[in-house]
Amino acid sequence: MSEGVENDLILKITKLTKSFGSIRALREIDFELRRGEIHALAGENGAGKSTLMNIIDGILSPDSGEIRLDGKPVSMTSPAMAQKLGIGFVHQEIALCPDITVAENIFMAATSTSGTLLMDFRALERRAAEILHRLGDIDPAAPVRTLSISQQQLVEIAKALTLDCRVLILDEPTAALTEREAQILFDIMRNLAKQGISIIYISHRMVEIFENCDRVTVLRDGQYITTMNVAETTPGEVVSAMVGRVIDSLYPEKQSENERSEEIILDVRNPTERTRFSDVSFELRKGEILGLAGLIGAGRSEIVKGICRLEGEVTGDVTLFGRKLALRRYSDSIAEGIVYLSEDRKQDGLFLDMSIAANVSALNVRQVASKAGLIDDGREAELAERLGSRLNLKCGHVGQPVSALSGGNQQKVAIAKMLSVNPKVIFLDEPTRGVDVGAKAEIHRILRDLARNGVGIIIISSELPELIGVCDRVLVVREGCIAGEVAGDEMTERNIMYLASVAEVRKEAS
Amino acid sequence: MSAGENMTMTTVPSQKERRSGGGIADLLKRLLRMRETGLILIILALFVAMSFASPYFLTWVNMRAMAMAFAVEGIVVVGMTILLISGGIDLSVGSVTALAMVIAGLLFLNGVDPWTASAVAIAACAAIGATMGFFVTRVGLHHFIVSLAVMVIARGLCLLGTGGRPLGLYTLPPEFKFIGQGSIGVIPVVIIIFVAVVVAFDFMLRRTTVFRKVFYTGSNEKAAAYSGIRTKKVVFLTTTLCSALCGVAGVIFMARFGSAQPTFGIGMELNVIAAAVIGGASLSGGSGTIFGAILGTVLLSVVSSSLALLDVSVYWQDIIRGSILLAAVTIDHYLNKRRG
Repeated sequence: MSEGVENDLILKITKLTKSFGSIRALREIDFELRRGEIHALAGENGAGKSTLMNIIDGILSPDSGEIRLDGKPVSMTSPAMAQKLGIGFVHQEIALCPDITVAENIFMAATSTSGTLLMDFRALERRAAEILHRLGDIDPAAPVRTLSISQQQLVEIAKALTLDCRVLILDEPTAALTEREAQILFDIMRNLAKQGISIIYISHRMVEIFENCDRVTVLRDGQYITTMNVAETTPGEVVSAMVGRVIDSLYPEKQSENERSEEIILDVRNPTERTRFSDVSFELRKGEILGLAGLIGAGRSEIVKGICRLEGEVTGDVTLFGRKLALRRYSDSIAEGIVYLSEDRKQDGLFLDMSIAANVSALNVRQVASKAGLIDDGREAELAERLGSRLNLKCGHVGQPVSALSGGNQQKVAIAKMLSVNPKVIFLDEPTRGVDVGAKAEIHRILRDLARNGVGIIIISSELPELIGVCDRVLVVREGCIAGEVAGDEMTERNIMYLASVAEVRKEAS
Repeated sequence: MSAGENMTMTTVPSQKERRSGGGIADLLKRLLRMRETGLILIILALFVAMSFASPYFLTWVNMRAMAMAFAVEGIVVVGMTILLISGGIDLSVGSVTALAMVIAGLLFLNGVDPWTASAVAIAACAAIGATMGFFVTRVGLHHFIVSLAVMVIARGLCLLGTGGRPLGLYTLPPEFKFIGQGSIGVIPVVIIIFVAVVVAFDFMLRRTTVFRKVFYTGSNEKAAAYSGIRTKKVVFLTTTLCSALCGVAGVIFMARFGSAQPTFGIGMELNVIAAAVIGGASLSGGSGTIFGAILGTVLLSVVSSSLALLDVSVYWQDIIRGSILLAAVTIDHYLNKRRG
């Protein structure tokens, strides 16, 4: 390796090893980051990406190995130290203080290093505005609580930018962003790279990696697999490197022509909720997977939660297999076999500190209990084991707490919870968010199997390739109304985005 | 894989890590991991140490006195533990217990028979709990604030009703006093009632679907709502139950003392919460067992009794009790971290 290449490196990691107890999280990882490059870090959940980043950020300390920053060996002992050395980390989870302003949040890290005693709020807001100006339209004086999730994400990024960072780590920053917001973020990333800032970009989405990154490094099971120039590889190659086997097709086969049925499982007529949506009629046919597309905030989740009677005062009719239902609360929906998988499994989907078995039976504990209402441990475990093996759930035993599982397996527990009541219709809100490629393909396969067996499947997803890959038909929601429907060959990202955002385009034009 | 995450391992009682393979060694390992085992070992160690330190400690009289001391309060601990599991807390237990005594006592002095008077007092306490439940679930206030207010109000009512002086209930019929003072064989009735309450609620909490909903609600209220559980109803009921059990305790205290004391139970809430927390209940809800909480009660009680026998000043007792609580919670915090 010549001197020139060495000088070109801002960060060089050699033979980094880290264990947690008996688990080897990282085994002799090598990683090189050049000045001004956008370097994707890919790998399934549990591959070691987060551990590696946490070491670079000084949250964790390695057992052995070397980190060189600008050619000099460093040992980061805390995030504050990493910040001083110019490393900024935007975590996947948003960690802002909701009740204070955007400006104060942005400079939170900066204030601890500035050494002054008093806060100059005016100056703070002015400087925040300068940074935010690059990121989009956000009021620096607004309390963070009032922002949308995607705006909060941008505030997180702004926060990292205040620190004059040389290395910026972005951990799945687009998970909560709409396509358009994501594009803005990519523009910003490229700009920063031009200014010489190096970016480590963690994402599960191949499209993003291939459109925006220069190189990609793949980790698998805590080991370094390969580093490739994005221009010289294909998504298929990267995915194969990630999972260690060739995946022939990312999505399961769709409904064939002769499988098509006219039988209607669910018929929703004019559901209306005062402020959020109105007259969103649609029907779900047997065997099909129906998608709900739309921008964040368009009201997709609200419509679905309304139909299930999870929130809001909803009017309108819901007919299941030709029988009109009288639903008053969500427990009525569950009793009728209509269930909802929430978009945020940690916040409102699972009981993380409780056992897998207790989670699976939560929708209807009665079914694993005697007539007198006594829970039968054996039956409860059996239910979880049966559904777990059907979903290929990887766990030690069903008495384990759900928190011990990986993201993909947690999601399988959440799906098993839905299946425990033998549902007739399942609404799935972002069913594969934060789930790795392997588990994602499995979840898609499971959903297709369910649809084939006559269970109604409706998916909400912000990931257009997923909707297009999995669904037979997609409804596009815009501002609380159904803006249109696409199926077959018409199902393209362009068509869906057009339907989802055309109103906004018009607004901008006028 | 972020190892910094702090995961809490809960004992959902009905799912005791089953099916992880048999073997005595395995069983032992699991037993050692349980909170209850640690507490039992500590209590046993104290027993052994104290039986050497004081000849009076391991006597029937002392054991009986100790059991009597924690038995009635233990009934309140049961209610508090269930409330904590559902994610709530109640600071008013001491004054509500006193209020039960005062209400029953006043009614009795005004000619109502003691059984009816007791039933009315318990119902009144349940109504107080329901009111707190209303403010928490319907108005949306925090348990801490609501019960703090009720703690003060209930104490005020006690003083108002009695003029601040204990009510002497000398004419209580013997069959009523029997609840608090009598024995069946050698075993005091108080202890029989206590054991019955503990066994019943421990069983229900472990096994019944109704109480499973309490765990779901406390573990993650939103996820519970998204599982079709009416979480507000659950919290309303656990709040009411806790106060009703205070009522039961108050009535038994009255039978035991033969009087109603308006200043009874000051500081009781701290003892009760400490016992539940030492026994493994989490202040953030979702975990805890009755058995553990009772062991917590026993531990605190053994410590008090030991200190008294060793002639340690009462002022020291508070300091030591507080330190035990801090130690227990700290140890638990680290154990949970390691497990995660």
